[in-house]
Amino acid sequence: MSALARHPDSVPPQPVPVVSLRALSKSFGAVQALSGARLDLYAGEAHALVGENGAGKSTLIKILAGLYRPDAGSIELDGEPVRFSDTAAAMAAGIAVIYQEPALFGDLTVAENLFIGRQPKGRFGFIDRAAMNRRAAALFARLGVPMDPDRPAKGLSIADQQLVEIAKAISLDARVLVMDEPTAALSGVEVERLFGVVRALRDGDSGSDADAGGAAVLFISHRFNEVEALCQRVTVMRDGAHVSTDLLADVGVEELVRRMVGRDLGAMFPKQEVEPGEVVLDVEGLTRTGVCRDVGFQVRAGEIVALAGLVGAGRSEVVQAVFGVEDRDAGTVRVGGRELPSGDPRAAIRAGVALVPEDRRQQGLLLDLSVLRNATLPGRGRLSRFGFLIGGAERREAAEWGARLNAKYGRLTDAAGTLSGGNQQKIVLAKWLATNPKVLIVDEPTRGIDVGTKAEVHRLLSALAADGVAVLMVSSELLEVLGMADRVLVMREGRIAGELSRAEATEESVMRLATGQEAAA
Amino acid sequence: MSAVGVKARTGSTALDLVLRFRALGLLVALTALVAVTTAVNPRFLGGQSVRDVLFAAAITVLLACGMTVVVLTRGIDLSVGSVLGLSAYVTASVLAESGMPTGPAMVLGLAVGAACGALNGVIVHFGKVPPLVATLGTLYVLRGVVYFLAGGSRINASDLPRAFLDFGNGRLLGVPYLFAVAVLVLVLVGVYLGRYRSGRDLYALGSNPEAARLAGLPAGRRLMTAYVLSGSLAGLGGVLYAARFGTVDASAGFGMELNVVAAVVVGGVAIFGGSGTVLGAALGALLLTVINNALPVLRIDQFWQQAIIGALILAAIALDRLVSIRAARALRQKGSHVD
Amino acid sequence: MSTEAPARRRDSALLRAATTWDAAIIGVTLVFLVVAAQTVEHFGTARNAGYIILDLAPILLLALAMTLIVTTGEIDLSVASTVGLTSAAMGVMWNAGMTLEAIMPLAVLLGAVLGAVNGLFITGFGLPSLAVTIGTLALYRGLAYVLLGDTAVADWPRLFTGWTLGNIGEGAVPNVLAPMAVLAIVFGLVLHATPIGRSVYAAGANPIAAAYTGIAVGRLKFWLYVTSGAMAGLVGVLWTLRYSSARADNAYGLELTVIAVVLLGGVSIFGGKGALPGVLAAVVLLVSLQNALRLAHVSTEALTVVTGSLLIAAVLAPNAASAVRGALHRRRRRTA
Repeated sequence: MSALARHPDSVPPQPVPVVSLRALSKSFGAVQALSGARLDLYAGEAHALVGENGAGKSTLIKILAGLYRPDAGSIELDGEPVRFSDTAAAMAAGIAVIYQEPALFGDLTVAENLFIGRQPKGRFGFIDRAAMNRRAAALFARLGVPMDPDRPAKGLSIADQQLVEIAKAISLDARVLVMDEPTAALSGVEVERLFGVVRALRDGDSGSDADAGGAAVLFISHRFNEVEALCQRVTVMRDGAHVSTDLLADVGVEELVRRMVGRDLGAMFPKQEVEPGEVVLDVEGLTRTGVCRDVGFQVRAGEIVALAGLVGAGRSEVVQAVFGVEDRDAGTVRVGGRELPSGDPRAAIRAGVALVPEDRRQQGLLLDLSVLRNATLPGRGRLSRFGFLIGGAERREAAEWGARLNAKYGRLTDAAGTLSGGNQQKIVLAKWLATNPKVLIVDEPTRGIDVGTKAEVHRLLSALAADGVAVLMVSSELLEVLGMADRVLVMREGRIAGELSRAEATEESVMRLATGQEAAA
Repeated sequence: MSAVGVKARTGSTALDLVLRFRALGLLVALTALVAVTTAVNPRFLGGQSVRDVLFAAAITVLLACGMTVVVLTRGIDLSVGSVLGLSAYVTASVLAESGMPTGPAMVLGLAVGAACGALNGVIVHFGKVPPLVATLGTLYVLRGVVYFLAGGSRINASDLPRAFLDFGNGRLLGVPYLFAVAVLVLVLVGVYLGRYRSGRDLYALGSNPEAARLAGLPAGRRLMTAYVLSGSLAGLGGVLYAARFGTVDASAGFGMELNVVAAVVVGGVAIFGGSGTVLGAALGALLLTVINNALPVLRIDQFWQQAIIGALILAAIALDRLVSIRAARALRQKGSHVD
Repeated sequence: MSTEAPARRRDSALLRAATTWDAAIIGVTLVFLVVAAQTVEHFGTARNAGYIILDLAPILLLALAMTLIVTTGEIDLSVASTVGLTSAAMGVMWNAGMTLEAIMPLAVLLGAVLGAVNGLFITGFGLPSLAVTIGTLALYRGLAYVLLGDTAVADWPRLFTGWTLGNIGEGAVPNVLAPMAVLAIVFGLVLHATPIGRSVYAAGANPIAAAYTGIAVGRLKFWLYVTSGAMAGLVGVLWTLRYSSARADNAYGLELTVIAVVLLGGVSIFGGKGALPGVLAAVVLLVSLQNALRLAHVSTEALTVVTGSLLIAAVLAPNAASAVRGALHRRRRRTA
């Protein structure tokens, strides 16, 4: 595959980096997201930034984009120190960012989304819509994507939204192009085309005006084959700090992973072997129009089953329909043989199902409310007598589960939003474990939490399974899927594309099913 | 409004349809109402009756334009009635008492409105006070200021210069000056929102504030623009009010915000921002005015007027909701990778 | 470093307590009452206190349900119109020869139904509460006019109108204080000490997370609107009897006052934050301020300015305080 061929392993010879980030630190409340992170980017290089979720990559990028201001440290552009007061300032300095999560204006057309604030002008300073649509169409042609520039952004699939973001960043003709997991939702063909365009930008032979030299590209990805296909140098981050920067050719994938996680993989995934018991969760023919179709699987007591697949493949949507926060259009969900009504999370909770959702801040916690209120929310009925809550019982339960999960917080009355990501996740786990679930569904259980807490969460899941809880885990981290799951169900475009046993599951076999193609590496 | 001739293949037809359908729906309702009323009493389409409608609609249309701009940004301006009252009183009293020439006095009224709008903008943007609360507060405060200034007195038409009153009641080719001013403002604001970068920014801000931040749009400046525009138009409305009625007391424009919000909502501007046009809002204002003027002709008790406005608001937002659900479903199915 | 840490923590706790809005508003209210009693003639008399209680009754009763609704992140602008419509309906029923014993529960029921209509549009059709209740604000008031026009029904039985104006026993405490106090305690307990109250805060703080925790947010809000409507119906009864007059324009514009006191009481317009004691204090503050100004012969126009300014200040002050806190925090970090 030509797109994935290695680029010559040469570092461009410029002495001064285009961008230099020095000793950046940033904290959010109690959370130290960055502590002394650094990075140099040179014109004409594609630089990979790797690290686990929560290693601080996204924070680093948001500082570079002018979205956050660092608590300490400096940014240098061509050797000159700069301060970006907002995103507009960073954009003006030639920095374009593709964020992990697309943020489009649903009410505006695709073309306007690309050119908002810099639409081509015609007579009287009017926006020249025809020219704007032409330029948008040209961009999509360059990316090889069929897209109507004049349709509203509302209703685009995640992959299409991501492509709009990519087209937008490319249209800026930036000197620095930052891509935060741009491929998470894309299929193989789309990834190849994207890489083609990015290489052209990097090497300075882009289709537009012949500009001087190439752009610097900062590429964040969890997929090592993509990193190897695009980048020359790689920087590893862990727990908000710089670990290493090397020529990609000089370090193997195993070594990178070891530096990312900071320990041996064996210690990372303390999976206990458990003899599976009865079927506890039985899903058949689950369908939600436009989201997932005819999904069926079973989870036994003591088993950890992983749902893998690309972002947007419908994994979270499946577990949301199982738990009942979303309606299902067809299919049945049985827990312990009893069917659950559609769209009724309360019935699911009563039947012993718990869902630790994907988005901790939006779906998992009430950030403004206290740790206590959060931890006892599902148990509020159980903790009351004659309809009134017993303050002592609430505090006892919250404190007990907090201690059991080793959660660190100042006081029970502190707002949940002031805790670190890992401790927030522990509070979410605590609030559900207190309900004594038979089926525990965890969606991205270790997203955005530090390495130490990750291991704790993994140990906890393993111990729960050993106690006979049926665990269903959605995860985008392949290492986690491979390390934790007894079985792996791989989803693609809303369907289950295949099932792999623990022995069969490898990075290649999972990605093959997820992308629907022959292995890329 | 949108580019003529260029017919897009997919998405935009759906969007266009919804938008056009919206304006079309209003036109159909207007036409039906006028037809029925005229059938009952042919004089309803007579010159005098039409002029009455245009006179009555002019100020609401003006204020609805300003309100649209604010609502597009996910805001609301409840202070317009009070701003109108303040501007009307200030304009009338300088004309009556200080002998200021008509032109500067009108500019003063407009400036009073702009200042009130700027005050709202500062409270909303810099104070981070939700627009509903901020403008509810200034609704009280500014009305209090009018009461304070007027102190129970009123200014009568006989105190005002002839030219000023002529402007308020005069017509050009049968069209009241007031209505012509409103239409001019409507066109200007419509072009601004549809064809200028900063106008489109307002839609973007209301559509997805977080994305607007990422895209580096100057949110503060745009919000200030929106509130100052709304305030200025309310100020202009006050000047026109004084010119039209001649008699101004402290209660001028009292409770007007309800009619203006109703016009905007009926006109299809989404109350949570991002979509809608001034044309729709103006049609909404016109529809409400026509209803008001048609009731006596149809021998319906005037007391029904407010109930009808309320029912219309509910019907409009329910209909918009239905249409947007349909449209979203259509777009999702078209764009989805899942068959 | 380690020696100054506790001091710093105490410092910030103090700052936090001082900037807790409902603590502040309760303090301000108490100070105001004391000062006004000393300086304004007749303010501190038992008879005047009775007037104040009568005046604040409708605002307080409406504010109880409004507090819960605003805490869930919604709003109900139609309460005053609901008062007007139930009052007008009472007039029609009375003219039709029904007994007041039958009319009163029917009025409360009507209020509940009107609230249910709001709830249906908001939770059933998923429409924004601001737009819906602006619509029903006009609709309900309009229907009130349709029922009674600009006439008034005034021949209410002395027995009932006397009770609403009367005092408990021979004392100076108005009769209406008893049901008011009971309802305030009930609402306070529900909001602060029951699973329902927890759900109310959760729904306002983060409706998505609340739904993911098995809270039926829609159903909860629906019943809150029903409750709000029923309370407005009750206020309709009270208003009619107190002024011995059923009119379509009863309680006109009162919704703004009710929302003002709820926000002034420290309830966040975004939901999830606030407490009933603060709201109760705000009601007392606003009504007694009005009363004191009247006694001091200050024009009531000043009151509109004061109400509006307080409303903005109620939201502005915490924002400013947190901005100041943030700035101090940053400076301290920089020097550290």
